[in-house]
Amino acid sequence: MLEADSEILVDIRGLSFSRGDRKIFDGLDMEIRRGEVAAIMGPSGTGKTTLLRLITGQLVPDEGTVTLNGLVVKDQPRDKLFEMRREIGMLFQQGALLTDFDVYENVAFPLREHTNLSERLLRRVVLTKLHAVGLRGAARLYPSELSGGMARRVALARAIVMDPELLIYDEPFSGLDPISLGVVLRLIRQINDALGTTSIIVSHDVKETATVADRSFLISDGKVVASGSPQQLRVDRSEFVRQFILGLADGPVPFHYPAPDYREQLLSREES
Amino acid sequence: MTDWVRDLSFTARGALTTLGATTLFLLDLVSRIPRVFVRRFGLVVAQIYNAGALSLTIVMVSGFFVGMVLGLQGFDSLSRFDAEESLGAVAALSLFKELGPVITALLFAGRAGTAIASEIGLMRATDQLVAMEMMAVDPVNRVIVPRFLGGIIAMPLLVAIFNGIGITGTYLVGVSVMGVDSGVFWSQLHANVDFADVVEGIVKSLVFGGVASLLAVYEGYTCIPSAEGVGRATTRTVVSTAVSVLILDYLITSALI
Repeated sequence: MLEADSEILVDIRGLSFSRGDRKIFDGLDMEIRRGEVAAIMGPSGTGKTTLLRLITGQLVPDEGTVTLNGLVVKDQPRDKLFEMRREIGMLFQQGALLTDFDVYENVAFPLREHTNLSERLLRRVVLTKLHAVGLRGAARLYPSELSGGMARRVALARAIVMDPELLIYDEPFSGLDPISLGVVLRLIRQINDALGTTSIIVSHDVKETATVADRSFLISDGKVVASGSPQQLRVDRSEFVRQFILGLADGPVPFHYPAPDYREQLLSREES
Repeated sequence: MTDWVRDLSFTARGALTTLGATTLFLLDLVSRIPRVFVRRFGLVVAQIYNAGALSLTIVMVSGFFVGMVLGLQGFDSLSRFDAEESLGAVAALSLFKELGPVITALLFAGRAGTAIASEIGLMRATDQLVAMEMMAVDPVNRVIVPRFLGGIIAMPLLVAIFNGIGITGTYLVGVSVMGVDSGVFWSQLHANVDFADVVEGIVKSLVFGGVASLLAVYEGYTCIPSAEGVGRATTRTVVSTAVSVLILDYLITSALI
C-alpha cells in the first residue's frame, strides 16, 4: 500500500475490467507521479475514458486495484469516496456545465456545496479562477451563450476552484479551433505548475498532447504497450507505436473492421 | 405459437423488471426525504414553485372549462329527473372525488412531468449528473429528491385550485345561464359534500402526485443519454403516468367506497 506522501499519486496494479464479454483492460499497470502531466493515449475504443472512471471510483474493476493517494479506491465507502473526489478536479469532454446556472454560479457550485465561505470571499475565489482562464468578463453568461472553447475554459475554472490535488482532463482538445486549442494547452501546463497539481490527460491527439505531457502511456488491447516521454515514444520502433504516433491508416490496428471475404460477399446472392 | 408465448413472457418479464426497479428507486428516494427536507429545503421550495407554476395556467383554464361543461351536462341530465337544484352537489362531488385529482394529474404529467423528465434526461445526456458526482455532490439528493418532493406537494395545491375554479365554472353556467337558484346551488353543495369526500380527493391527489413525480424523475434519471433517449423518456412519462393514474384511481375508489 502506498503512503499518502509517496511520490506516486495514482498507482494502478493488475487492473482488469470487462463490459459483457468484451475485456477492456487485462492486467493493466500504471504509475502516475506527483506533479507530472501524464497523458493516456490510444485509439478510439481502447477504454481511455473507462480508465478515468475506474480511477475516480465511478466504476469498480473486476480485478486489480487503483490506489489514489495511498487509498485503494474500490475499498472506500461512498462518503469516503466523495471525500476523495473533493481532491480531484475533472474536465469533461464537453464541459458538462450546469445549464441552469451562469458561468459564475457554475464555478461557485463546488464552493457552495462544500464550504461555508462568505459571499464576499466566494466572489473573490470565483473571480480569481475565472481570471486565470481569461473569462472574468463572461461571468454572467449562460453555458448556451459560450463557444466550445469558452465552455471548456469555464469547466477548467470549475475543476480548479477547490484547488484539487489531481486534475483529470477527458479529451480536452477535441473540437477546438487552433486559438482555443493553444489557450487550453497553455492553461493545462500553467495550472499544473502554478498549483503544484498532478494532471492526467486522456486524449488521442498525439501532437497536442506531446507539447504538454511529461510522460505518455499508450494503451492497446487492455494493456499499456508503451510509455515514456513524448520524445521517447517518437523514436520507439514497435509497429503499434509507430502506427499510432505517425497516424498510419493500416498496421497492427487494421484499416478494415473484421468482415467476411470481400470477393465471396460481393458474389453471394444473400443480402448481408 | 411458441414465438407468441416467448414474446409474451419477454414482455411480462420486462414489465416486472421495470416495476421492481421503479419500486427500489422509490424506496431509495423515500429514505433520503428527511435528509433532503432538512438540508436542501430551499431546493424543495424552488421545485414546488417550478412544478406548480409550470402547470398553473393549464390547470386553471382546464378547471374552468371542465366546470362549465359539468354545469351544462349536469343541468341537462338532472333536469330529466327534475333534480336540477342538485347541480352544485353533483358538480362538487364529481370534481372533488374524481375529475379534480385525475384531470390535474394528467395535466401535471403533460406539463410538469415532461419538463422534469426531459430536464433530468438532458442533464444525464450532457454529463451534468456525472459531473456532480465527480464534484462530490450526490445528484439524487441535489436534483432528483427535490423534484420528487416538489411534485408531491404541488399536486394537492393544484387540485384545490382546479376544484375551486371548476366549481366557479359550474356556478357561472348553472346559475347565470341555465337559471338554477344561487342559494339552492350553494346549500345543496354544502349539505351533500361530506368531509370524507374531500379527504378522498386529497388522498388521491397525494397518491397521483407521488406517482406522476416518481415516474417523471425515474424516466429522466434512467433514460438513454441521447436525444432520442430523452424524447422517449418524455413520452413514456406521459403514457405511464396516465395509465398508472387511471388504474390507481379505480383501486383507491373501490377501497374507499
